Amino acid sequence: MTVDHDASRRAPLLPGLLTLALATVYLIALLAAENQTWIIVLLVAGTVAVLAAGWFNLLPRISRSFADREDALGVVAIAALCAVAAYFHDDHFVLLLVITVMLYSVATLGLNIQFGYAGVLNFAGASFFGVGAYTSAVLNTHTAVPHLLVLVIGGLLAALIGSLLLLPVLRTRGHYAAVVTIAFALLLKTFLEVNDVLGGPQGLQVPAANILGWSFNNNIEIGGVALSFYLNYFVLGVLLLVGAFVLVRRLERSWIGLNLDALRLDETAASCFGLNIVRWKIVAFVIGNFVIGIAGALFGMVGSFVAPNNYTFADSLILVSVLLLGGIGSPWGVVVATIIVVIVPEKLQTIQEYRFLLYALLVIAVLLYRPEGLLPRPVRRYFPGWRP
Amino acid sequence: MTVLLEARGLTKRFGGLTALDSLDLTVERNEIVGLIGPNGSGKTTFFNVVTGLYPADGGSVRFGGADITRAAPRKVYEAGISRTFQRSRLSLPLTIFDNVMIGNHKNLNQGLWFNLMSRKAFKRQFEDNYRAAQALLGVFKPELAGRLSEPVAGLPMIDRRRIEICRALISEPQLLLLDEPSAGMTHDETTELMDDILQIRDRSKNLTIVIVEHEMGVIERITNRCVVLNFGRKIAEGPYREVAADRQVQEAYLGVE
Repeated sequence: MTVDHDASRRAPLLPGLLTLALATVYLIALLAAENQTWIIVLLVAGTVAVLAAGWFNLLPRISRSFADREDALGVVAIAALCAVAAYFHDDHFVLLLVITVMLYSVATLGLNIQFGYAGVLNFAGASFFGVGAYTSAVLNTHTAVPHLLVLVIGGLLAALIGSLLLLPVLRTRGHYAAVVTIAFALLLKTFLEVNDVLGGPQGLQVPAANILGWSFNNNIEIGGVALSFYLNYFVLGVLLLVGAFVLVRRLERSWIGLNLDALRLDETAASCFGLNIVRWKIVAFVIGNFVIGIAGALFGMVGSFVAPNNYTFADSLILVSVLLLGGIGSPWGVVVATIIVVIVPEKLQTIQEYRFLLYALLVIAVLLYRPEGLLPRPVRRYFPGWRP
Repeated sequence: MTVLLEARGLTKRFGGLTALDSLDLTVERNEIVGLIGPNGSGKTTFFNVVTGLYPADGGSVRFGGADITRAAPRKVYEAGISRTFQRSRLSLPLTIFDNVMIGNHKNLNQGLWFNLMSRKAFKRQFEDNYRAAQALLGVFKPELAGRLSEPVAGLPMIDRRRIEICRALISEPQLLLLDEPSAGMTHDETTELMDDILQIRDRSKNLTIVIVEHEMGVIERITNRCVVLNFGRKIAEGPYREVAADRQVQEAYLGVE
């Protein structure tokens, strides 16, 4: 018999494909909508559609499709993202929103390595995001360092400052470690505010990215169609998001991911089986901060402006709530949750001022009724679709 | 016979309580030693001191000739000592395979580059270990070997114990410390589990076991020798039948008239 049993037992591609297609159309409709009533109708329709899918038991089929066919669906998801960007090719506002979603996703993916896998709480996520942004502000203004390298340096600096913070964090446990990171978030904001070199409370301008002589603030024109300059950043953002996603995935599906899970779930047992607890916590924290820092560095260039008020403890809480909302340890969940947390308040102008109230209610609802998040993390598969 | 584990004058105090009181204990290679005694007599503390979870307050532990007193738990594991816990310490959300692999830490390549970038080499190591885990679990219960990718959370107590023992055995340790493997199980389940342990030992000739147990049937059946503790001190030592007839031991368990 030469029948390929493995392939025949894999979950079908179609449910995942349909979901992505519907989600893309829905997202475009939501982003294009201007009328507040229409936006509310769309949001209600979206919620009802998800609840209905749950009611008719379609969700397990979708998640199995994603679990078994992740590589193919990942490529389709990139295509869908590009389709959204193509549709809004000349709309600065929407493109900026999409880029914000992507970079927040990248930062939350970094947080996911720390908190989701290693269980190291980090309530200073936005601070390290800010470290990246300030790095690009200073380096782009005062030096001729190539801007791609500036992104890497932003990541490295966030990792470096993070490892200084680690010294007290590793000496404390549980809630106390969390309090240390909160203290750091407050400390960094105050430091930035009183520091004249870094612009004080007014912040700094960030010169636009310029890669290989191509300024990212140039509007593009292809075949007579004018494109928004944000598309430059969009391309870089997609690369970053894909890179972070693949990193998180490979990390989870390796012995390192297993180590991190083991130390999060039971430090005592893990140490009795040879795990160097401190070493793996450092690895997770440093890698996570590196990812957060890179995202922050690019975000600084996109926004062309950095100020202490953009990287506060409250912003760190948003990153943590995105992780809780999406599903701790679940990269797809992170992206979905970021879309909700960033886009809904932006489109629904009426709730703008109440956004924190909304986040709080959303997180409480999720913790009460779906503690594992919107898209719960599935059990580890080292190679999707692999059968013994 | 050569000595594998040797504790000399081992002492551990918790505040005013002396949990281990200058305990001398020797385990020889390929022995199965039973460690018995009333509740609170220091059996689990002995395991915790040997494996480095509690630092000793006095005395020494030598393993295979090397001094492992106050060594960190991971150093003790690397030297070749594995253990199970009295209350199951599996990672419930993880799969059976993941839990068994936690025990194989020292044989898995932990390099960043290997794990993240050379996925082909990683896949080979993964497949080899998958087969090894299947083979080991197959000894205990062939049915479990086919369910390696399922989470541990849904399994009954006896299967969790089996997995815990497999986690301790996968790295092929020289010394296995079993802390009350029968806790929370029925009489029949305990008998089943002991059969499995004896089978494992017959397969790998180079395995020494120290077992803490309250089921005297188990102790009688599988141990070559027993050590009885009371208030952290050794009060008797020898084959089970001799020890069980010892007056001091009976007093420790039943009290003095």
